[in-house]
Amino acid sequence: MATEMERGTKTQEDQWMVQSQVFQIYDLFRRIPPNSQFAILELQRDKHIEYLTKGLKQLSRSFTVLDANRPWLCYWILHSIALLRDSVDDKLENDCIDFLSRCQDSKGGYGGGPDQMPHLATTYAAVNSLITLGGHRSLSSINRRKLYEFFMRMKDRSGGFRMHEGGEVDVRACYTAISTASVLNILDDELIQNVGDYILSCQTYEGGIAGEPGSEAHGGYTFCGLAAMILINEVNRLDLPALTNWVVFRQGVECGFQGRTNKLVDGCYSFWQGGVAALIQRLHLTVNEQMGQSNILECECSTDSDYDSTNSVISEGEQCYEGTPSHVNETCQLQEEGQPNTSHPADGNNVGYNFIKGHVYMRPLFDNIALQHYILLCSQEEGGFRDKPGKTRDYYHTCYCLSGLSVCQYSCTKDVESPPLPGDVLGPYSNLVERVHPLYNVVLDRYYEAHEFFTRS
Amino acid sequence: MDREAPDQRPPIPISKRTEWADVTPIPQDDGPNPVVAIAYTDEFRETMDYFRAVYLADERSPRALQLTTEAIHLNAGNYTVWQFRRLILDTLCVDLHEELDFVGLLARDNTKNYQIWHHRRWVAEKLGTNATSNELQFTEEIFSEDAKNYHAWSHRQWVLQALGGWEDELAYCDKLLQEDIFNNSAWNQRYFVVTKSPVLGGLEAMRDSEVAYAVKAILAKPENESPWRYLRGLYKDEVQSLVKDPRVASVCLDVLMNKRDCVHALNMVLDLLINGYQPSKTLENSIDALCLDSGLSNSGLTERVCSVLQVVDPIRANYWKWRKSGVTVEGSNGKELAG
Repeated sequence: MATEMERGTKTQEDQWMVQSQVFQIYDLFRRIPPNSQFAILELQRDKHIEYLTKGLKQLSRSFTVLDANRPWLCYWILHSIALLRDSVDDKLENDCIDFLSRCQDSKGGYGGGPDQMPHLATTYAAVNSLITLGGHRSLSSINRRKLYEFFMRMKDRSGGFRMHEGGEVDVRACYTAISTASVLNILDDELIQNVGDYILSCQTYEGGIAGEPGSEAHGGYTFCGLAAMILINEVNRLDLPALTNWVVFRQGVECGFQGRTNKLVDGCYSFWQGGVAALIQRLHLTVNEQMGQSNILECECSTDSDYDSTNSVISEGEQCYEGTPSHVNETCQLQEEGQPNTSHPADGNNVGYNFIKGHVYMRPLFDNIALQHYILLCSQEEGGFRDKPGKTRDYYHTCYCLSGLSVCQYSCTKDVESPPLPGDVLGPYSNLVERVHPLYNVVLDRYYEAHEFFTRS
Repeated sequence: MDREAPDQRPPIPISKRTEWADVTPIPQDDGPNPVVAIAYTDEFRETMDYFRAVYLADERSPRALQLTTEAIHLNAGNYTVWQFRRLILDTLCVDLHEELDFVGLLARDNTKNYQIWHHRRWVAEKLGTNATSNELQFTEEIFSEDAKNYHAWSHRQWVLQALGGWEDELAYCDKLLQEDIFNNSAWNQRYFVVTKSPVLGGLEAMRDSEVAYAVKAILAKPENESPWRYLRGLYKDEVQSLVKDPRVASVCLDVLMNKRDCVHALNMVLDLLINGYQPSKTLENSIDALCLDSGLSNSGLTERVCSVLQVVDPIRANYWKWRKSGVTVEGSNGKELAG
């Protein structure tokens, strides 16, 4: 690259370095014959499963620094295995349930390991792990009554939550509490009170959401803030056009996402930022309303005739919409439910369920094929995924690269029942991973099982 | 009580130390078939076994404090150990200046650890305004290694708001931006200072000079997204003032003259146009120069900007297409000027 000749600032130098490594990979890829290209794009399913299963059983001493994050390790690994359309054997499943029960505090919530204080983030990880395992034994092991009491104890005067007794208050804590309460059907007005005020105060002048008021807009916190606002029915309080503009600009020339403006690409933001884009896609009526574009649906239909063949799934959806106006009403009703409605707390628990119902009328706001290139060619290793070339794999990046891959593959489907078209899945169609619920990041089928279980009980 | 650094820690196992003879260590309750089982070293296992013993007995003693030091050196991410340490520090009324040194050494090696920064905030809050300059200086040390450290910036903002020290903050932002104009964290801090500093008079008072600052940065490096977002942010919730400030349209035009496909300039032009900006003939011509597709000439200028963006910024083609579809509606509402 010519730019390498000039001296840049620290940001530029770092960026050029990563860019050149990434472009080298893409150059090599372009130069090989098409049939080999196909092979290189293959998701190394067996190698990933091997890496994941090994870690679920035993980890080396270098993982000591994660000794207070063991439910996270369970979630990263179990969710990755589920995304890869596999599952652990009965014994390992029972061992996971037993272990997580040992992390559950007698006064509610889950800690980072046995005899550690309960913590909101590890609670989220433990609950999502148990939902991913599924089944009566797993789901009934969660003490929801005590968990609710724990959540209430973690509420802060600011409206936010603190991570643990005496711990920090931030948007992550809000999301992990709200997401877990929502999926377990224990969300109520008292728990929601003032959370929206706190998250709103964290949206920055850039459009994204920060960890705390005043901090910098950041992919992880933007996902957490947006998802939590949706779950508490207050998403229309955010400046969604600004948020959308910010998030689409986070996908860069490397094809992957960065976490913040002028920072380096990182595979994990495939989910955090890609997930934000996917959520916005389902919020498009609210976004359009905020932009003063109330008739957008009509408009999209009339101008979409120039879509190329790869977009046919969208065109289909629109034809369907044009032919059956009842879908519009359905969407509008969903939109109604999207308004603050704190007088009906019972509805609050169905927000997550209703959010993924109905048709998607908007095309993905990011380049889902480009992102799959980054994930498969730059992040994928022989077993596991990494942040970027030059870094080593880990379970966190494996989980969020695979979650991001799922978001990419399903981003053009018109509803949750339709499988993606081959054109939406980069590489062989066998690369297809499971669909996730974009608000909780658990595999959709497992979410449905949990939703039914916790609605009944 | 000494607080040893990790390399000075005596090699004597805790079980062999006389002062611990009365304590029965409590092994981790991992069950017969643990998952995500970590291959702990003997030292780690023993330290944590003794930690559990004092923690579960709620023993807030000097030796327990020393034990938390050792446990934190082995894993600084254990929030339970940190929280128990705070309880002990409170109970024993320990001199917290020493505590700052302890945290400082750790933070330099674990700059992305939530617990350390949270603990530091707790200590600084207890020390009050005495800690101000030390805390600001500490974050500056961190920034000299990593100028975008998220936790350090949060800490610095907390210090400013809770303890003060605003006087030189704008100059500090300027210094960091001179070193690296692409440092978005420094831009964010600048926005924080301009909007929150009690010594500057707030955004209203600062807007004019800040617009000039952003414009200058944009002209120097138009590809730098940070000052564009900053400029837009200066008119947050006051979009009509953005449209009316001639410097905004002017900087877009200046940039587009030299760098015709500058996405950030076009993004700003789009923002101006949808908010009712009446484009000059020059601006229109410079957009037209980018419209390679002759089929576009009949559409409005806003649509043409979107079309140009679809071409020059293909990774966001769907986004620009969606923006364009919204413009058509506005056009039918009469907001859009025909091109």
